[in-house]
Amino acid sequence: MGHSISNGSLRRSLKIQVRVLWALILREILTRYGRHNIGFLWLFVEPMLFTLGVTTLWTLTGLHRITDLPITAFALTGYSTVLLWRNMPSRCVGAIQPNSALMYHRNVRVIDIFVSRVALEAIGATMSFVVLSIAFVSLGWMNPPENPLKVVQAWLLTAWFGGALAILLGAWSEKSEIVEKLWHPAAYLLFPLSGAAYLVDAIPTQAQHAALWLPMVNGTEMVRDGYFGSRFVAHYSVAYFFTCNMILTLFALSLERAVTKDFVPE
Amino acid sequence: MIQIDDVWKTYHARSGPVRVLRGVNLHVEKGDKIGIMGRNGAGKSTLIRLIGDIEEPTSGTITRTMRISWPLAFTGAFQGTLTGIDNVRFICRIYEKEFDEVIDYVEEFSQLGRFLKEPLKIYSSGMRARLAFAISLMIDFDCYLIDEVVAVGDARFLAKCQEELFVRRKDRALIIVSHDALYLRDHCDRACVLADGHLHHFEAVDDALLCHQEMMAA
Repeated sequence: MGHSISNGSLRRSLKIQVRVLWALILREILTRYGRHNIGFLWLFVEPMLFTLGVTTLWTLTGLHRITDLPITAFALTGYSTVLLWRNMPSRCVGAIQPNSALMYHRNVRVIDIFVSRVALEAIGATMSFVVLSIAFVSLGWMNPPENPLKVVQAWLLTAWFGGALAILLGAWSEKSEIVEKLWHPAAYLLFPLSGAAYLVDAIPTQAQHAALWLPMVNGTEMVRDGYFGSRFVAHYSVAYFFTCNMILTLFALSLERAVTKDFVPE
Repeated sequence: MIQIDDVWKTYHARSGPVRVLRGVNLHVEKGDKIGIMGRNGAGKSTLIRLIGDIEEPTSGTITRTMRISWPLAFTGAFQGTLTGIDNVRFICRIYEKEFDEVIDYVEEFSQLGRFLKEPLKIYSSGMRARLAFAISLMIDFDCYLIDEVVAVGDARFLAKCQEELFVRRKDRALIIVSHDALYLRDHCDRACVLADGHLHHFEAVDDALLCHQEMMAA
């Protein structure tokens, strides 16, 4: 069919795509948060509370006494970045079956369910990060980012990583129930490894190489480099992170394709 | 127009592959009214889903130049946790319809009254079907896929369906799966019988009924 798509119909398909995604996002907000109390505001209030709690904990436990790092900025960047990439797969694993009925509408595809959920998580995590950054800076708890453009780049790369991982695991979980079982412990164990709670420069050289094999560690380091890069030595490779994302996306989309091919709505 | 060429569909069940459709052909033009018969498990719903593009054929091609409805059936299409109204909103967004233009008609036609504000999961299957009919009639489909939900509701609802589908929209195509022989005889121009993965075509609905009855007796 691809060869027969003219420019006009491509634009039309794109329009339909955007409309479907928007409808799914609104529906998701409604089923998740309802119209009670603060409703959709939970979308970013929830990650904000998490981040706020962790920042407070880390500040109280006195991490700042063993290092001269800006502890608020350290906690905010670390935990926000984890939330960004980790919540996406959590929302996509096992996402298809409960939404199966919606796929009676031909414009709603497996990929649309994933993309809408990934987009929603990205919006929530980003709003939480931005709101808390503004709040902390205005309260004088931390300085504004030294290099905002680098923060944006790192944030986008991390969102891409999370999205690709989410689609890969989401599609895989349709094929095998084990994925759902393993994701929860994996997500838990990856948290301390992900660079949220340490700087690569502060760990032994041997461990540094190992840590940087984890794509998201590169993202966390880069976000921090953008925030307070003059205060520490950042270790990361944009090329490596980018390549990982590309490979992950390739696997994710081919697995998603295979799942769509065999998909049977309820 | 809908053109189905040599379509096969295989499901991978635990006990091995199930070949539901083995080389099905069908041509549908504007205004055609086609009945599809077959025993339980013959693959009628599968065929409807393939035509509706919600499942992909294992092989073969389906060309569609008509705007085709989703399969109006007892399952699917709605989100159980959302209210009737919110489901209507969702479907309006998907099919580019203004909710405000649609809702009065849906309320009137579905006769669901206060249930429209209740979550779908408490609806009876007849209520779901009435809601599905009401919304789908407000979207300008050229072809309606109807899977077993023709005989729902009371006489008044059936009469309204009759008026809306067969009188006001008589230029639309209909593909109806049903076990109700009388209904098919009254409403279809031609019919097909699905058996052993093959679709047998009959110009006269009565011939199809006869064939179907013989198969059921065998």
